[in-house]
Parts: sequence; structure tokens; C-alpha cells
Amino acid sequence: MSSILTGNGWLQLALSMAVMLACVIPLGGYMAKVFQGQKNLMSPILGWLERLLYKACGIDPDTDMDWKTYAMAVLLFSAVSFLLLYVMLLCQKLLPLNPQAVPGMTPDQAFNTSVSFLTNTNWQSYAGEAAMSYFLQMVGLTVQNFFSPAVGLAVMVALIRGLTRKQSGGIGNFWTDMIRANLYILLPLSLILAVILGSQGVVQTFAPSISAHGLQGANQLLAVGPVASQEAIKMLGTNGGGFFNANSAHPFENPTPLTNFLEVMALLLIPAACCHTFGVMVGDRRQGFAILAAMTIIFVPLMVFGTVMEQGGNPHFAALHIDQTASALQAGGNMEGKETRFGIVSSTFFAAATTAVSCGAVNAMHDSFTPMGGFVPLLLMKFGEVIYGGAGAGLYGMLIFVILTVFIAGLMVGRTPEYLGKKIQAFEIKMASVAMLAPCVFILIGTAVAVMTKAGQAGIFNPGAQGFSEVLYAFTSATNNNGSAFAGLSANTPFYNTALGICMLAGRFFIIIPVLAIAGSLAAKKTVPVSAGTLPTHNGLFVATLIGIVVIVGVLTYAPTLALGPVVEHFNMRP
Amino acid sequence: MKALASNLRPALVSTLLLTLLLGVGYPLVTTGILHLTFPSQAQGSLIRDETGRVIGSRLIGQNFDQPKYFWGRLSATSNTPYNASASGGSNFGVNNPALMDAVKARVAALKAADPANTAPIPVDLVTASASGLDPDITPAAALYQAHRVAVARGLSDDAVKAMIRTSSYNRTFNILGEPRVNVLELNLRLDGKMK
Repeated sequence: MSSILTGNGWLQLALSMAVMLACVIPLGGYMAKVFQGQKNLMSPILGWLERLLYKACGIDPDTDMDWKTYAMAVLLFSAVSFLLLYVMLLCQKLLPLNPQAVPGMTPDQAFNTSVSFLTNTNWQSYAGEAAMSYFLQMVGLTVQNFFSPAVGLAVMVALIRGLTRKQSGGIGNFWTDMIRANLYILLPLSLILAVILGSQGVVQTFAPSISAHGLQGANQLLAVGPVASQEAIKMLGTNGGGFFNANSAHPFENPTPLTNFLEVMALLLIPAACCHTFGVMVGDRRQGFAILAAMTIIFVPLMVFGTVMEQGGNPHFAALHIDQTASALQAGGNMEGKETRFGIVSSTFFAAATTAVSCGAVNAMHDSFTPMGGFVPLLLMKFGEVIYGGAGAGLYGMLIFVILTVFIAGLMVGRTPEYLGKKIQAFEIKMASVAMLAPCVFILIGTAVAVMTKAGQAGIFNPGAQGFSEVLYAFTSATNNNGSAFAGLSANTPFYNTALGICMLAGRFFIIIPVLAIAGSLAAKKTVPVSAGTLPTHNGLFVATLIGIVVIVGVLTYAPTLALGPVVEHFNMRP
Repeated sequence: MKALASNLRPALVSTLLLTLLLGVGYPLVTTGILHLTFPSQAQGSLIRDETGRVIGSRLIGQNFDQPKYFWGRLSATSNTPYNASASGGSNFGVNNPALMDAVKARVAALKAADPANTAPIPVDLVTASASGLDPDITPAAALYQAHRVAVARGLSDDAVKAMIRTSSYNRTFNILGEPRVNVLELNLRLDGKMK
């Protein structure tokens, strides 16, 4: 297979990684300041607004919550979000800013969409330009694009506090954490990114669709809207729900290679920086870098592998005298479902990044990837969205794996496991097990039910093993709160809207609640001083063990399904 | 229950106020800034004819199937190709027979329009884009069609190739993305409607 990457291909991949890693320390340090309530770059501009919000909401920012109150606040906030969005989606027709007269959604699709956006999944069983008014895109979806990563970041900070506090009943104040994440982190970054994206051609208008008289005489109705503002937070908040059906492949969402680069950096930025925020807040930066290293070491080989597979092209085309070789004049490779301006490398890096991070935006159609090229995003999601992962969610998910790793390492050397001076005991391991097993249960049972029932089979688009992969991908994406799809699947049916909605809720809250329980339990403990028997958690040996645990859990749980889907399809592709 | 009651007000009021700030204020401020600084981009990078009628967007591809025009990517948008109100790809898997049917149909159409051309066909000319609205083709795909267009218009190959170069975009900073040719701009130049 002619699948060696071009020099430019390697350069693009290396540049992307370098820029991302260079942003980790400045942004991570800034986020640590924000969450510790310290004076920061934006306090002179936004401090008054923060205080005003506290006053209006009746929040005392310094009141600590125990973990149960914190969890209740998370659930309450999410429930209010759900109800608000659900009702707005049903009544869309009655609301303003609806120039294309989009009707209300069906109850099952409104349920799926509300759950999807509040859980940071942004799975879309609708096509944005046909099913969503400007009002809903802004007041409904853009708002949830801010709220859901802010909740993720808040829960992460609560877990970090659990690790750092000694014999304390509290893990912080949810309202303070959530408001600070929105005001100081998500809002300023979004505004900057939105303006840069807009300068490149991402549309931002309230005008109705534009009628164009095409060069060959045909009329073309150009869907537009307030896209730039939503696009920015869609990427920065690791949301991924496109304004348009084609998501970041649509030229009005992602018009140039530069916007593509900024979008993919934006989605990686906060999850990667969270590692450093963690290191700063626990007072030992090496702990954060160790986790970042583990994530990066898993990410890079898979990303390169996917790129090489896509560059290899479609072997069926060989008989048709079609040129798939990369040259100075074309990207070559498997171009079905890819945009010319992105070619192979910008598409596969995006695909790996969006699924490593639980973003789910796409700039190419994953269903049309080669089987092993599509295996990469599927596997990255199956690791549980901890290879960078969602904003906040990636780090607290990875810390669950860290707890399991110190437990297993402790068993091997025969000592009580500790992490950052906290003893890891039965309660923490029970909670970590729930957080780790719940997604597996929902993915595997959900897929099994779908492929065994008529309602589930009805949605399948591609024949053969690829059809199975579509279903597997859908349940994996929903449960791990990613949101990307093998989009051939017809998911706007009562069956998929309901089943995937339940999976999204389970994948979000069966992790958040155990994580907060662990935070509460750890906060109440004493700190054990470092001794000769303490397992260092910042060195190469620990990073290697952590990688081993993530890979073994992911691969052992899902090997049979991966074999039945992408692997079978790969062997079917041999001419 | 006491905790629930005391958290109800923050839940409701913060949702309301942050919705105003992030769902109304932020998009409006973004709109304001972009309409002041980049009005053309914010409204869709539109191309108009001399009477002011919109021909299309520089960023959105159009369907071309006449021999005198350069053809773009295949488009799998619903109802009609390049339907800019229903973006999307074909979602065909690599082994889907329907993919092969679509590719073979495009190969046949290209051959029918230019029977003498025996060069291998660049892959982007026979595959559907992700958005169905891809405005670009590769330089290879443009050069493959240059002779056909030149013959259809009674131009020299060199004149057509010069217009391809004018409508070409290099990688950003020579690194990011891929070299490409904007099909609508190229066809407008051929028609003398763009410089």
C-alpha cells in the first residue's frame, strides 16, 4: 500500500502537537488561578460581573459544599437546563428569530437533543440548517455549549480539592466554580476565536437564507445564521454540535485551513491545559505532566496510524484508473467524505483529536473512512474519553484510571495504595469501578439490543460489517459523551432518540456522581507523609503503568466488538 | 431538602442571567464586531453580478456539468447536488457497492465529455465531499479538465491553465491544509465575470 505520509503531512502533524503543548502551561496556570479565586488577567474586566452574578443568585462564593450538596447542585442545574431546552425545542415555532419558519421538534427528538447538549455530547439526530431556528441555536444550544463544559470543569476542580484538602467536609462551591468557568475561561476565549473565525469567512448574521442565481442557471438557497459565535464555543467547550448538518466540514463553519487549525487547537486546548491546572492546584506540576504524557503517548501513534490508513486510499479504485497517489498537485488517498482544502492530514488529525477529546465535531465523514482509519476514532472513544477527554471531564475520567492504577500497583508490591498522600481504600475503588464499568454496560447492551431488534436494524445504512460499526459507534459516542457519528445511521427514530438519550445521561452522571463521592471521601482523609514505601506517581514507570491500564481496560472490554466491526470490514476491503 | 431549597434560587437565577449573557449578549457582540470589521465575510462572502444579484458564495460550491465549465467534487446533498440548505456527505463505506456505482458514473461522465483524455483521474473528481458543498478541487483535478474546457471554449490550453493558476490557493503559511482551486471563481473568470 502506498501509504507513507508526505513531508508536509509529517510537518502538519508535528506543528499541531507542538502548538497544542505550548499552550498547556499558560492556559493551565491561568485556569488554576481562576478556580482558586485568585486575581488573574481578566479580573479587572470581569470581576464586577462575577460579584453581580453572585449577588443576584444569592450565592456566597466562599461557602463550601459537602459532596452530596455539590452533586445535587450539579443535578439541579442540569435539570433546569434540560427543562428549558426541551420546552424551547417543542415550542420552536412560537419563538422569535425563525426566518425559515422551522417547526417544533417531536418529543423524542427534543428529549435526545436536550440531553445531548446538557451532557456535553452534542449528538445530533437533526440537521441544523433544517431543524433549528436562530433563536434555538443561540439561546438554546450556544448556552448549553457554555454550561456543559463549565459543569465538567467544576466537577474536575471539586475532585482536585478532594485530593488537596485535609480532613475537610467540603469540596468547594458548585455555583462559584461553574460561574467562574463560564466568565473567565469560556467567554473570553470564545469571543476571541469567534472574531478570528468570522474574519476568515465563518458567517455571523441574522438574515434569512440567501437565494443565489447560480452560474449554470440553477437557484441555490444558501443557509446562513449566527454561526461564528456558536462555532467558537462548540470547539472550545469540547461540544461539537454543528450549526449545519455537515458540521466543521461546512465551508461556512470551517472555510479555510487556518480556521481548521484554530478549531482543532481550540478543541484540544482546555482538556490538555486541565492537566497543568491539576498539577498547579496539587502543588506538584510533575503530577500534571505525567498525566499529560500518558495521554499524548496514547494519542500520537493512533493519530499517525489513522492518517496512514486514509492516505492509503480505497483499493477498489485501482481497477478504475483513478489516481490516489499524493503529489504536489493533490492530497490523494481516500477522499470520499473529505474536503479538498483539508485533504487527508487535516481531516485525520481532526478526526483523532475530536474523538480523543470528547468533542465530536467532524470535518470529514467518519463513516466513509477506511475501516482501520475509522477504527481510530472508535477506539479513542472506547478508552472512555480520557485521552485529553472533555473539558474537565477528561481529567476527572483519567484520575479514575489513576486511582485504579495506584490500587493495582499497590496490590503488586503489597502496600496500601496512596495517591498524593491520600490512602485509596475500598470506598474509592468501589466508586471508581462504577465510573469505569457503567459506560461499558450501556455501550455493549445498547449495541446488542439495537442489532437484535427491528427498530435498531432499521437505522443501518451501509451493508455488512460497516453497518454493525455504525450502531456500535453510535452507542460508544453517546455513552462517552462524544457526539460524532458514523452518520449513515438514521438516528432520528423514537428508538435511537430514546436509547441514545438514556446512554448519554448514564455516561455523564454515572461518572460525575462517583467522582464527587470520591472527592468527598478523599477530602475527609488525612494526608499521609511521603515515605520510602510511597509509589512515585510522576515518573516514567508510573506513566507506563497508567497507559497499560487504560489500554488494557479499553481493549479487553471492547475487543470482540471491534473485531466484528472495523476488523471484519478491513478484511472485506482486500481486493 | 433544605439543601435543595437553598440551591433552587442559584439554579434558576444563574440559568436565566447566564442565558442572557451567553445566549444573547455574546452572539450580539460577536455580530456587532464582525459586521463592523469583516462585513462581507460575516454575510457569507457573496459574489454578485453587475446588477447586484447574488451569483453565489465564494465559499460554497455549485453544481457544474456542462463541458465548458470546470466540474467540482461529487455532491451527495439531498434532492439536488450542492443543495446549500441540506449539507452532508454520502456516508458510503469503502466497501459499499453504491459508492462504486457513484464513482463509475462520474468516471463515465468525465470520459464522455472528453473521450481522448487517457490520463488517470484524480481521486477528488470522482468522490463526494463531506459537506456536499466543497468549493474546491485539487490542482490535479483542474489540470485534468483543462483541455476539455479549452476545446469547448475555443481557448488555448495555456490560457485556461493561466486562469487555473489565478484561481489557485496555496497551503496556509505553506504548511496547513492542501493546495486547491476554487471552482466557482475559475468558472467566473472563464465567463469574464471576475478578474
